[in-house]
Amino acid sequence: MFRYILRRLLQMVLAFFGTTLIVYALMFAGQGDPIQALAGERPVTAAQRAYLTEKYHLDATGVGGFFYRYFDYVRSLLQGDLGQSLTGRQIGDILQAAWPVTLKLALIALAVAIIFGVTAGVIAGIRRASIFDNSTLVLTLLVLGIPTIVLAPLAQYFLGVKWQLFPPTAGSDPTFYALLLPGIVLGSLSLATALRLTRTSVAENLRADYVRTARSKGLVKRRIVTVHVLRNSLIPVVTFLGVELGNLMSGAIITEGVFNIPGVGFNLFRGIRTEDGPLVVGIVSVLVVVYLVSNLVVDVLYAVLDPRIRYE
Amino acid sequence: MRVRRLAAWTALPLAVTLGLAACGSGGDGGSGGSDGSAVSIQIAEPQHLVPTNTTETSGSQVLAGLFSPLVDYDAQNKPYEVAAESVTSSDNKVWTIKLKDGFTFHNGEKVTAEDYINAWNYGAYAPNGQGASYFFEKIAGYEDLQGDKPKAKEMSGLKKVDDLTFQVTLSAPYIDFKTMLGYNAFYPLPDAAFSAPGVLKDSYEQAPIGQGPFKMKGAWQHDSKIDVERYDAYPGDKPKVKDVEFRVYQQLTAAYADVLGDNLDVLPTIPTESLSTAPTDLGDRYQTSPMSSFQFLAFPTFDKNFSNPDVRKAISMAIDRDEITKSVFKGSQQSARSFVSPVLPGYRDNTAGKAGEFNPTEAKKLYQAAGGPSKIVISYNGDGGHKDWVDATANQLKANLGVDAVGSAEPKFADLLSKVEKKQPVGMFRLGWVMDYPSMEDYLGPLYSTNGSSNYYGYSNPEFDKLVKEGSAAKTQDEAIAKYQQAEDILAKDMPVIPLRFGENVFGHSSKVKNVEMDLFQRVNLVKIEAAS
Repeated sequence: MFRYILRRLLQMVLAFFGTTLIVYALMFAGQGDPIQALAGERPVTAAQRAYLTEKYHLDATGVGGFFYRYFDYVRSLLQGDLGQSLTGRQIGDILQAAWPVTLKLALIALAVAIIFGVTAGVIAGIRRASIFDNSTLVLTLLVLGIPTIVLAPLAQYFLGVKWQLFPPTAGSDPTFYALLLPGIVLGSLSLATALRLTRTSVAENLRADYVRTARSKGLVKRRIVTVHVLRNSLIPVVTFLGVELGNLMSGAIITEGVFNIPGVGFNLFRGIRTEDGPLVVGIVSVLVVVYLVSNLVVDVLYAVLDPRIRYE
Repeated sequence: MRVRRLAAWTALPLAVTLGLAACGSGGDGGSGGSDGSAVSIQIAEPQHLVPTNTTETSGSQVLAGLFSPLVDYDAQNKPYEVAAESVTSSDNKVWTIKLKDGFTFHNGEKVTAEDYINAWNYGAYAPNGQGASYFFEKIAGYEDLQGDKPKAKEMSGLKKVDDLTFQVTLSAPYIDFKTMLGYNAFYPLPDAAFSAPGVLKDSYEQAPIGQGPFKMKGAWQHDSKIDVERYDAYPGDKPKVKDVEFRVYQQLTAAYADVLGDNLDVLPTIPTESLSTAPTDLGDRYQTSPMSSFQFLAFPTFDKNFSNPDVRKAISMAIDRDEITKSVFKGSQQSARSFVSPVLPGYRDNTAGKAGEFNPTEAKKLYQAAGGPSKIVISYNGDGGHKDWVDATANQLKANLGVDAVGSAEPKFADLLSKVEKKQPVGMFRLGWVMDYPSMEDYLGPLYSTNGSSNYYGYSNPEFDKLVKEGSAAKTQDEAIAKYQQAEDILAKDMPVIPLRFGENVFGHSSKVKNVEMDLFQRVNLVKIEAAS
């Protein structure tokens, strides 16, 4: 087991450098004129152009220039320095401010998905073809069909502006309450998927041989469901939620925009818009780590849920 | 087996604790001063808060609270003294600036002539890479501060006379120098801003010390907000509110929702998506005021399809400007038929003459006679919300000139510019201009003179260049305006660009504030705004 984890950690290092190289190459290839992008529609003075070009080695182009800049980046990265964004801020500081907010938001969304999705999924799975099952089917299809870019402004308009149940935006340093609405919006998509997954899996397991055996042994239904069925049914759900945590962290660009939450999505969006290579690579590198770690945690959790799975 | 289980069961709580630790820091939003007179204003994250490095609206809005300019502009957009006692010159070349006594920086330092000289030298010195350095290029000795290894660190044209007086020598007479001084690049910097002569402290920008009506309350909270409070030792007009929170929004639509919910007080720009509903949503809290922006279509004059002025005029006549401002912009912009903004002294209506009038029959006749191209492409940057009006314009050209006309999007403004600079065939292209200070020269010089910084269309007319130069060197304002107007008349004849629209501030505010006014530079007037009781 420990050897397994160690091996995975070593693979992570490789994966990490591989992805930063790819992302860096993509940003490098897609970079038009970051200095003009920074200035917007204003003319850029020669003095400022020279200053920024020298500071960020923007004159290093071509293949040689790429490796020069990439190794320069990696060298400072290994010293714990993520570099400076094009506006002169330390990327480490930016990330430090952005991650906690996004993590909070992602955890609220995940909690919403687990509490409502898994519970409703279990109930729907037990009472197959009931009114509850059918109505959740319709509801989840509806939620899956509406993209966040529509759902988020709608929720904001009705719940925030019109009925004033929630603050319309969360802003900086938000309270738990202010993050609740964006969290629910963000989590609704994973909620729907988690619900469908749990339902199918519970319904299937209820017909399995071991359930029949348990029932014929005279076990009460509650125990069969909570101990035997649930544990086996959660395996696909856990996989899904683990990967989803990574998605929630990176995919909150729209939700963070609508509810004005200065998290990772906001900075990533700005970085891409202003062709701020160092910022984008910095954020993506950390996202890669989040994905890798959450995948490892999921794999380890498998072993707990299913004793048949062993790692060497 | 046992080991495996142990490891697995520790993984779960670990993940949970990590999450809880992140949830630990909460805290309230914090709402304003004790007497309740606090207002919040939407901004985007400023790029910089150093006066000589701030060229975008959000940074300039914050600095307008922290600093007091030498001159400001009256209702006719003529300059009057604020932090300056007088700005005088006998020959428009050597200017004497006398400062008002009694101004202090927020740290208690007295404002002296040296604070201005140091700040301007810092801004002009090329290795500092300041974005607004070009404002100093008219000052004598600016050239010596340029290049990789500049010859000097101080401009020879700046000379201290006494504590409150300094002399500025320009390299050539410039009538509008006093008008120019209203821009934020000309603010002073305190001694406390520098760690050594000419070296700005890195930390200065995080909590700028100015001499204006408001001082920083804490530091700049990146991506979230900038809090300022009234500076009681400010000798000028006292603001009516105690605290101002500049709140950073990444999307205007989010800020708009907050204004509707009374969660934000002032939104300086209503998002395009909400323009049609905003008047009913906000009622009399929806307001407009003049602004200096100017939108136009430029011709690559080096392209032989467009080298005949008659072709350019015909295209201009085939565009129904009023229809587009009404249907696409819902009246939030005005049709433009002149080459300078109506906010300027010296502006005249309809200088484009017949070419500015919508006349499809004449247009078609002229276009065919002049042999215009059978296909017209209008290039624009796809990230600026220009698609709707460009497509509408293309459709009008198609219908009125009987040509094939399409809009073509470049991803970003920088992409559009680099194509234009390389003289790749982009067809006509859109551009916009916002003035730095209210002078006709600020439109004519950069946009149309042969070496203009934003003349991307290769227009060159020696007569025009001469008139603009004569205007800047004129003895009196009237004389200057007369020259500028003659220069504008040349543009009407040559039509290097088609004027389309003049912008307006379209802003909204919550029910908690009143007397919201905005200036020509899209900034909220922080002295006049009041909390509604």
